[in-house]
Order: sequence, then C-alpha cells, then structure tokens
Amino acid sequence: MVSRIGFLGAVARVFLWAFLLCLAAVVVYPLLWMVLNGFKTNGEIFGNPFSLPSHWSFDSYQKAWNRGVSNYLTTSVLVTVTSTVATVFVSAWAAYGLTRVNIPFSKLTTGVILGGLMLAPSVALVPLVKMFQAMGLYNSFWALLILYTAFRVPFTTFLIRAYMLDLPREVDEAAEMDGCGRWTAFWRIILPMCKPIITSTVLLHILFAWNEYLFAMVFTSGAGVQTLPVGLMSLMSKHGTEFPVVFAGMAIAAFPVVLLFFAGQRYIVKGLADGVGK
Amino acid sequence: MRTIGKRALGLAWVVPALVLVGVFVYFPLAENLGFSTLKWDIYSGSQEYVGFANYTKLVEDPVFWRSLGNNVLYAVVSIVFQVFGALVLAALIEGVRSERWQRLLRAIYFIPSAISLTVAGLLFYFIYEPDLGLLNHLLQAVGLGGLSHSWLGEESTAMPAIIAMSQWQGFGYSTLLFAVAIQRIPREIYQAAALDGTGPVRRFFHVTLPLVREMTGVMSMVTISGAFQVFNEVMVMTSGGPDNSTQVLGTWLYRSGFVRNDFGYAAAIATVIFVVTLGIAVAQLWVARRRRVAW
Repeated sequence: MVSRIGFLGAVARVFLWAFLLCLAAVVVYPLLWMVLNGFKTNGEIFGNPFSLPSHWSFDSYQKAWNRGVSNYLTTSVLVTVTSTVATVFVSAWAAYGLTRVNIPFSKLTTGVILGGLMLAPSVALVPLVKMFQAMGLYNSFWALLILYTAFRVPFTTFLIRAYMLDLPREVDEAAEMDGCGRWTAFWRIILPMCKPIITSTVLLHILFAWNEYLFAMVFTSGAGVQTLPVGLMSLMSKHGTEFPVVFAGMAIAAFPVVLLFFAGQRYIVKGLADGVGK
Repeated sequence: MRTIGKRALGLAWVVPALVLVGVFVYFPLAENLGFSTLKWDIYSGSQEYVGFANYTKLVEDPVFWRSLGNNVLYAVVSIVFQVFGALVLAALIEGVRSERWQRLLRAIYFIPSAISLTVAGLLFYFIYEPDLGLLNHLLQAVGLGGLSHSWLGEESTAMPAIIAMSQWQGFGYSTLLFAVAIQRIPREIYQAAALDGTGPVRRFFHVTLPLVREMTGVMSMVTISGAFQVFNEVMVMTSGGPDNSTQVLGTWLYRSGFVRNDFGYAAAIATVIFVVTLGIAVAQLWVARRRRVAW
C-alpha cells in the first residue's frame, strides 16, 4: 500500500515538474526568440525561426539605439524618475496627514484620495486632452509627469497609509517630547521607518511609468518627448521591414524592467500583495 | 480658535494630493459627462448641444456592441486563466519541495508582466505573423501546417489571438499574488489535513480554496475591471482591425475621438467604461466589507 502511494506520488511528481517546466518554456522561449532575432539578419529571420543567428553581431542593437531608441530611453528614464519622486513624496505626505495628523474632514479626505483608485484613465482622456491643450502642455514632458503622478497618487497613498497606520503611536509622542515639529518628525522619524513600503511603491511606480502606453501615446507625438512604448511603435512604422532592428529595440526596452524585477522582487511582491490584499 | 487654525494647517499635508487628484482625475471625469452631450469637433472648435443623441447613437452602433462583446469575452477568458488557472498553478507550485525552485518558477512566470504590453504585443504580433512567425512554423513542425493562419489578419482568429497573448502576459502576475495568499495559510491546517489522510486534491478543494476566497474575489474584480480597460495590446497588435473585429471600448473611444473627430461620441463611450468600472469597484468594496477570513 505504502509503496503504491509512493509510486503514484513519484509519477505525479514527474508530471508536475513536466508541466511546470513546459509552462516556463512557453514564457521564456518567446522572450529568448526576441533577443536572438536582434542578432539575426533579415534573411535568417524569414528562414528558419528556430535557428540560432549565424554570427553574433550587435549591429542591429546599435542601429536601433541610433535610430531613436536612445532618445526614447532618455525620455523614459526622465519621466520615470521625476514622476516616481513626485508620486512617492506627494503620497507619503498625504498618508502622513491622513494617519498621524489630526486634520479636519479626515474621513472625507481619505475617501476622496483613495476613491481615485476606482477611476479608469481612459474615462478622463478626452477632457484631459482639452485641458492640456488649453494649458499649452500638450505634447510635452510635463503632461506625462503630471498625469503619471496624479493617476498613481491614490494607489501609492493607499499602500503607504496602510503601512503608517501600523506604526506605533509612541513614535509620534517621543518625537513631540524631543521637541520635533511635524515637519522634522516626518522626515527624520516616520519616513525612514516606512522605508520598506517606500521601496515597494518606488519599484511599482517605475514598472508603471516605464510601461504606460495610453497617456504616452495620446499626449506625445514629437520625437523629443516620446517614451519607449510609443517610440517602439514609431520604430516599427519607420523601420518595420528591418525586423532585427525592431526586435533589438524591443529587447532594449524590456531589459531594464526585467532586471529591476529580479533585483527588487521581494519588495515588488510585497507591494502588489498589500495593494490587493488589504 | 487657535486650535482650529492649527488643525486646518495640518491640511497642508494632503493638499498636493487633493489638488492633483481633484484637478486631473475627478474634474475631467465630471467634464466628460458634459462632453458626452455635445457634438464636438475639436479641430474647428465647434460645439453643439445634442442631449442624449450620442447615447442613442451608441445603442445603434454595431461596432460599439462588438467592442463591448469583446471586452466581455476578454473578461470571461481572463477569469478562467488569470484567476482560476493562476490559483491552481500557485497551488501546484507549492507542491514543489524546494523553496528556491518555487521562487524561481514564480519569478519566471512573472517576467511577461514586468515588460510592457507594447513589447509583449509587438512580440506576439511577430509570433502570429504568417510568414516569419513562430506559431505557424511550430504548427508545421508538428505536422499541423493545415492549421496555419494569418492570425491577426483574419476576423475569426484576431480577437482570440490577442486574448491569448494577454493570458501569456498576465497569468504570472496573479499566480504570484495567489502564492502570497496561500503562504499566509497556517501550515498546521495542511499538516492536520494530511494527518487525516486527505490527499492533495482534496486539500486543495477543502483547505486552500476556501481560505484564499478573499483573494479570489479581489482578483476576479481586478481582472474584470482590467478587461474593460483593455487598450494597449489591441492598439499595438491590430488597432481594432480587421474590419473592427477586435475593437474594444478603449480603442473604439480612441478611434471615434482622435481619428474620426467625434469627441462627443468618444465621451459617451468613456461614460460606459466609467459606469462599468465603477460598478465593479463598488461591488468589490461591498464584498470586502463582508466578513473576512480571520485568524
């Protein structure tokens, strides 16, 4: 009896591993194909798609880089960095005000800020275009900075607020006894204590800003302000017949976030889990 | 009087967030409702009040219904794969003994969710490409060349192809979250069930499933809501074609406004997205209010 269960268990284990590894292959192989195609020639891409490149040259990667990807990357980095800083600070201030300062209408304020979580960006699209045209910010870096910040403040505040609620009250009392003002208490005591959740929110915001497409596509058209997702589409329409260059561009766009995910996995998982689990 | 002033001063902490959200999230939303009652040419600037005409037009527009149907299909398939499929997968991964392998597998499955939908969409655009694409070559390699298609070029296969890519892109994300939920279940419950002679399948149905119910609920809502906001992948892969067969509400909104210059109509479509997503959010809040699984 025991040996029968042991045998069945072993068979089940083999099937389990076979399934999990096949699934991993389904995920990894297309990505590998993308990276490899960046090394191939056009002829090789149209030949046997499963073959390896005949020689490894970074030509296409270099071409992609010079034909705009370096500009898109710069814009993406700029928009990502500035909107991350803006979002995290604005959200941390708000979370501090909502949890540790006795402000009037605090319930209502909490509801208004977190309620933004429920609203889809596409719903606001038409009015936002009109608004940004009127402000003269259409097709500018500022449009993306403002929109990425405004639409992510609710989610980021939600995460930081939940974390701050769990910090002990005694911390504030101790700060007050030491004669710290609110401002000092926030910067010197509360914010450093929130480091884990701040890290999570920073990483999640980077993933968002790096990959965002709807706003980036609608609000930018010129070469100087296009981020990578939109830039890749331009690359595709301009050099769509030079497939290796397009594949190389895609690989360049994907690489930083995959690296970021593996480096900050723990914090990203924590942030995501708190985001939907609380 | 002084204390009131001091309390009001505390508002300074939340003012930046309130202003940003108020001006750029809530105000446009309200404005959108007004716009949906206009016939509005954004380039000439002409605006004319037409009442509910845009909404009547919506009801009579076959492409609108097709878009809505595609969103519903998206939601249904995503629920199957990204909620229930991901839950089963997360439980299966827990069956792997080495924790290091568990982490590695989950990380690998998550990679497509880290890269942008634009990259994923373009990648699958090429995979579905009839001549150089992996899919047709793979079918030929296993002797099923007869099943080859111009996947994104034919009305019957284009939408399923896009939805399939979306499952590839998103399943690792929900698997990761279910894994967190499963790990929060105290080990003792599983040990007790194992001692009672309960097999792994029954353990899944009688222990795991009931105890991750809350996460399942939230993930379902998030998934459905996401399915009604689909835009990026459709735009990248087909722009709604061929012959509008892959339009979803988001792309039809974009096309109506920004390509066909009918912004009042686009605003009416936006209102539909608003009503649907708000309805889901309210349902989610209502579900969350009910008794939670507590330890």
